[in-house]
Amino acid sequence: MPWHSCAILQPLDDPWPPASAVLFHRQPILTESDVVLGRQAVGRAMAEVGAREVRRIRLVTAVSEIFRNALRYGGGGEAVIFLDRVTKAVLVECRDNGPGIEDTALAMRDGYTSGKGLGMGLGGAQRLTDAFELHSRPNEGTRVRMMSRA
Amino acid sequence: MPMSFIQALIDSKGEEILEDWLATHHADGLTRRDLFSDAQGRQHAKTFFLALQSTLNRGADIDAFNLASDAWADVRAALAEVTRERVKRGVAPAEIAGFFLLLKYPLFDRLGAGAGTEEFSVVEQVSRLTRMIDAIAVQAMSLCIEERDRIIERQRTEMLEISTPVVDLWERVIAVPLVGTLDSVRAQEVMENTLGAIVDREADIVIVDITGVPTIDTEVAHHLLRTAAAIRLMGAECIISGISPRIAQTMVHLGVSTNGVTTRASLRAAVHDAFQRVGLTVVNAKA
Amino acid sequence: MAHSAGLFLVDRIMLVTIHEDINDSDIVELQDQLAVKVHAKGARGIVIDISALDIVDTFVGRIIAQLAGIGSILDAPTFVVGMRPAVAMTLVELGMTLPDVRTARSLGHALAQLRDSPTIG
Ligand SMILES: Nc1ncnc2c1ncn2[C@@H]1O[C@H](COP(=O)(O)OP(=O)(O)OP(=O)(O)O)[C@@H](O)[C@H]1O
Ligand SMILES: [Mg+2]
Repeated sequence: MPWHSCAILQPLDDPWPPASAVLFHRQPILTESDVVLGRQAVGRAMAEVGAREVRRIRLVTAVSEIFRNALRYGGGGEAVIFLDRVTKAVLVECRDNGPGIEDTALAMRDGYTSGKGLGMGLGGAQRLTDAFELHSRPNEGTRVRMMSRA
Repeated sequence: MPMSFIQALIDSKGEEILEDWLATHHADGLTRRDLFSDAQGRQHAKTFFLALQSTLNRGADIDAFNLASDAWADVRAALAEVTRERVKRGVAPAEIAGFFLLLKYPLFDRLGAGAGTEEFSVVEQVSRLTRMIDAIAVQAMSLCIEERDRIIERQRTEMLEISTPVVDLWERVIAVPLVGTLDSVRAQEVMENTLGAIVDREADIVIVDITGVPTIDTEVAHHLLRTAAAIRLMGAECIISGISPRIAQTMVHLGVSTNGVTTRASLRAAVHDAFQRVGLTVVNAKA
Repeated sequence: MAHSAGLFLVDRIMLVTIHEDINDSDIVELQDQLAVKVHAKGARGIVIDISALDIVDTFVGRIIAQLAGIGSILDAPTFVVGMRPAVAMTLVELGMTLPDVRTARSLGHALAQLRDSPTIG
């Protein structure tokens, strides 16, 4: 679908997923415990490409923010985790079919929240990853893609 | 066979060609007597030339010249050896390329000897030789750059290690003296080393001393404050010392707030503070 | 809340442990129980041990800040202990420095601080 609004701070290379990446895990994000399962899978993927603890924890924390947003604001969604042994990277996509985000630039801003959060999730996730793209279309959904190297 | 003309030439006139090659090096100022003795320079040229000679004698085909193929493995190895040796001593990439490119002229000079025969075309021979020697020079040049990158990377890691030491000052007190400029990579390194040291050395107080940091921009200031915040999250206390009046001014102008972070003008004041907090006093034994 | 969090009273100090599978409803329950117990037992302080957590995201960060807030209203100084270097670095990058939460290197350090200064807070 053509995206209405996007915030691409550190763009990913085309195509998605990269030719050298393989599917590692698919995780529906429908409950709180799915969020935990999803981020544990991301942690295993990072360990698989030989990431140090700091690198692993950075990506796991970033996806935790994004999965939680998909659950809380997007009404649930799905996460797809890829592993790239050539570039030693883990790539994660999280999509939902929720209400979407009208103004992605505003949502990315630290401190902006429409709920009772801190508004640090999106901006923080972007700072914790090596590539980050947020695409959204009101009434149709939101898609976040992230990449971190080991 | 025109193809074997080059092989025959290099085989029979090897000695002369090598001498002429060395002479052109000399004429073009590529000998680098400041770095190598004549014997060493000669050795480098000879190593490569002999590899080329024996490769051709074994029947390697110049028409199908491909430096990456098995048939040319010896040439490749000799090329790598000579290049590495010369880079290590500080020869520039352009000079390394020149070293190999100059081999063309003694060979071109001798092509005339084959002229007159029916199927022989000087132009064809020149183009074959050019293709081979250019490829060799390009390969030497890229090896040279790779080797330099490796040297730079090694020096950078060494610098990182020596420039971010964590010093044990006293039980439960450590100091991180920063010297030189702080970029993001180094700042990250400083943070990791410091936090790791808090665990390893059971430190309660960390003094980050920036006396040796000449200038601070917003980026660096924020790195310092992030380090201080992370130290506090781990339950230790952070004192930033050595903030010169000029740096203090810049920080105020940049709008960087040091709220919640203890700052001291000198390392001495910070040490005094740290000792007091862990319950130590320094007394003058002579008084 | 079962295994996702625990409350233990030791020497009039309320010890709180949080595990990584804690969710929204557990937290509400944890906050209720903490307030009731701190009040009923006259706890002098609260220590939140997060060494069992692999990561701390904004969600867990907020829980910690809220627990500390409850503690300070009930006059029970609250300490967070056991944060690992990689977790501290990530939290700071996330933008969460937990300015209103006290921290200590270990449970022992927090207990010592609570004991040494009865007027702390
Ligand atoms: N998947 C999504 N679908 C719809 N809206 C979203 C989605 N993700 C984020 N948003 C919107 O963007 C805002 C900012 O998100 P962000 O994660 O930065 O902060 P938060 O979730 O409100 O608070 P925090 O993550 O700090 O607890 C949210 O309040 C919400 O309005
Ligand atoms: Mg969020």
